[in-house]
Amino acid sequence: MKLDVDGPNGTQQAYAYTGGKAFDPALPCVVFIHGAMHDHSGWTLLARWCAHHGFGVLALNQPGHGRSAGPPLPSVEALADWTLALMSAARVQQATLVGHSMGTLIALEAAARAPERVTRLVLMGSAYPMKVSDVLLSTAREAPLRAIDMVNALSISTPASKPSYPGPGMWVHGSNRALMRNQQALSNEFNLFEHDFRICDAYRGGEQAMAEVKCPTTLITGTRDQMTPPKASKDLAAALKAKVVTVSAGHLMPAEAPDAVLQGLREALGV
Amino acid sequence: MPGYADPGFDTLALHAGAAPDPATGARAVPIHLSTSFVFDSSEHAASLFNMERSGHVYSRISNPTNAVLEERVAALEGGCGAIAVASGQAALHLAIGTLAGAGSHVVASSALYGGSHNLLHYTLKRFGIDTSFVKPGDIDGWRAAIRPNTKLLFGETLGNPGLEVLDIPTVSAIAHDAGLPLLVDSTFTTPWLMKPIDHGADLIFHSATKFLSGHGTVIGGVLVDSGRFDWGRSGRFPELSEPYTGFHGMVFSEESSVGGFLLRARREGLRDFGACMSPHSAWLILQGIETLPLRMARHVENTRQVVQFLAAHPMVARVGYPELDGHPSQALARKLLPRGCGAVFSFDLKGSRQQGVAFIEALKIFSHLANVGDCRSLVIHPASTTHFRMDDAALAQAGITAGTIRLSIGLEDADDLIDDLKRALKTAERASA
Repeated sequence: MKLDVDGPNGTQQAYAYTGGKAFDPALPCVVFIHGAMHDHSGWTLLARWCAHHGFGVLALNQPGHGRSAGPPLPSVEALADWTLALMSAARVQQATLVGHSMGTLIALEAAARAPERVTRLVLMGSAYPMKVSDVLLSTAREAPLRAIDMVNALSISTPASKPSYPGPGMWVHGSNRALMRNQQALSNEFNLFEHDFRICDAYRGGEQAMAEVKCPTTLITGTRDQMTPPKASKDLAAALKAKVVTVSAGHLMPAEAPDAVLQGLREALGV
Repeated sequence: MPGYADPGFDTLALHAGAAPDPATGARAVPIHLSTSFVFDSSEHAASLFNMERSGHVYSRISNPTNAVLEERVAALEGGCGAIAVASGQAALHLAIGTLAGAGSHVVASSALYGGSHNLLHYTLKRFGIDTSFVKPGDIDGWRAAIRPNTKLLFGETLGNPGLEVLDIPTVSAIAHDAGLPLLVDSTFTTPWLMKPIDHGADLIFHSATKFLSGHGTVIGGVLVDSGRFDWGRSGRFPELSEPYTGFHGMVFSEESSVGGFLLRARREGLRDFGACMSPHSAWLILQGIETLPLRMARHVENTRQVVQFLAAHPMVARVGYPELDGHPSQALARKLLPRGCGAVFSFDLKGSRQQGVAFIEALKIFSHLANVGDCRSLVIHPASTTHFRMDDAALAQAGITAGTIRLSIGLEDADDLIDDLKRALKTAERASA
């Protein structure tokens, strides 16, 4: 689904995957917000399930990612405003926001900025602050393809993600590497990898946002997550009074443990 | 899997796609000889069919043992995923059948395995898919052969029978400039010798019958997708970028930004063409892959010794191995195949067809049969077997002489192989009278 979204660079075309069904703004809406260097395709199983179980689904591509026009926006705050603008463009007043990694910061900030528009938060692989190591940031600047391999290795906890994502026969390491490389190749002039990880590292609005969130929150953590380990999300969970669901997976939990993550999402959605 | 990079090749060859079985603790990959898999509930069944969940339904479409093989080969090739099928021919057909239909066109190297040539030149033509054949080294020819209805470019990493090395960086660039993928048959090289994706190829297939399984026990094929080709942006592939009424109106390139090709190939190609692999075959191929790095190193080491012996023998007119001086692909081989040019090559025996027959029949270790990539050394004399209906002029057109012998070098002691060849060459020399 293509949407014209108002943002700091004017009105630009954005793409949102709708779960294999035409989007109906009258249905309860679930907005999926991807992490750094990703696009909607990390959500397709969850999005299809929601779309075929009574929800309207918007699995967005952030500006400069996937099929949405660029340039990438400069901060978590700007992306939160843009996400709310995308909801408006889709004629959605309220939605559940589901984020992964960087997407959790965007969801958190959006819920703080417009608490009346966010009915639930589901945060997968989150932490605040989301500090990024100097080694990774410098590698991102000087050798982004090498940095992609570093993040790929840290994000996936097993050589055997069963039953694999989005279906059998897919090699999750290879899929994730190809996706990130394709994202990086979207622009020859812009280092998207460095940009995405820098805005995670630079986000400082978490405490204030946590204080302003009014909706119920579910935090899904992976027992083998090396990027945002469970202990790094304890303060976040406490501040948000979040229900914590633990799955046996690494940081890329929607791909590593799709059934367990779906179960966590269903519990959060009450279905 | 802690660390800051993916594991190395040897580790992936043993572990990619597999973990101890959670139900039984079995460390080796179990053989799931089950046609079908139980649903937890009607809702679970519906969600599997509608791709709301990942999982196995019916073994023609997917199977847990086959999935390990698929992930493992994808890992070794640096791809995003793979599909295991009944044979290498089935893998080639699945690749083309997913992208092309009546009215489509393929540009292919003229230096192909005979089975691939038959499929393209005769059989697919009957289904409305035309092929233009180009000499693999004719770079301008590749570019000139592309038409508005072309769907892919296709070649072998090492061409048949002369082992011309495909210039994958150049040919893939030509393909990509035209919005087309490059499909590569990597059977002879395996990912241990070369990863075509690293050089620009988009789709890879193997006859896993050969070096991947390595023991001459099983027929199988594997088709790998790099995940790098943008099917939507190309504009040439509505099969992947527009709704498919045959599967829930799915737009495969939207469904997976990297795996759209494989989704359609599985959801349509395996479903409808049905050339699936037996889980037992998948297991045998996995057993082979576990030792692929060790075997390929030995295959190449033995081959180099045999090549050197033959190149110096007075009964041998020519040895066609790209590492040798004078081979037209020597420079490309150094660039793309630094670990070696595989273990299958041909040489020309001086003399008549009868001397060729005498040579073959004198061999004791080499087995005379129509296969390559076995752990045992193999030999065939095309002029008296695969090409026996051709006269000498027709043989020359195919790049074959009356004395051309094809060898597939196995894992025996190299000295024994050389002794066997030495004895047979002596017999062939005597047969001239």
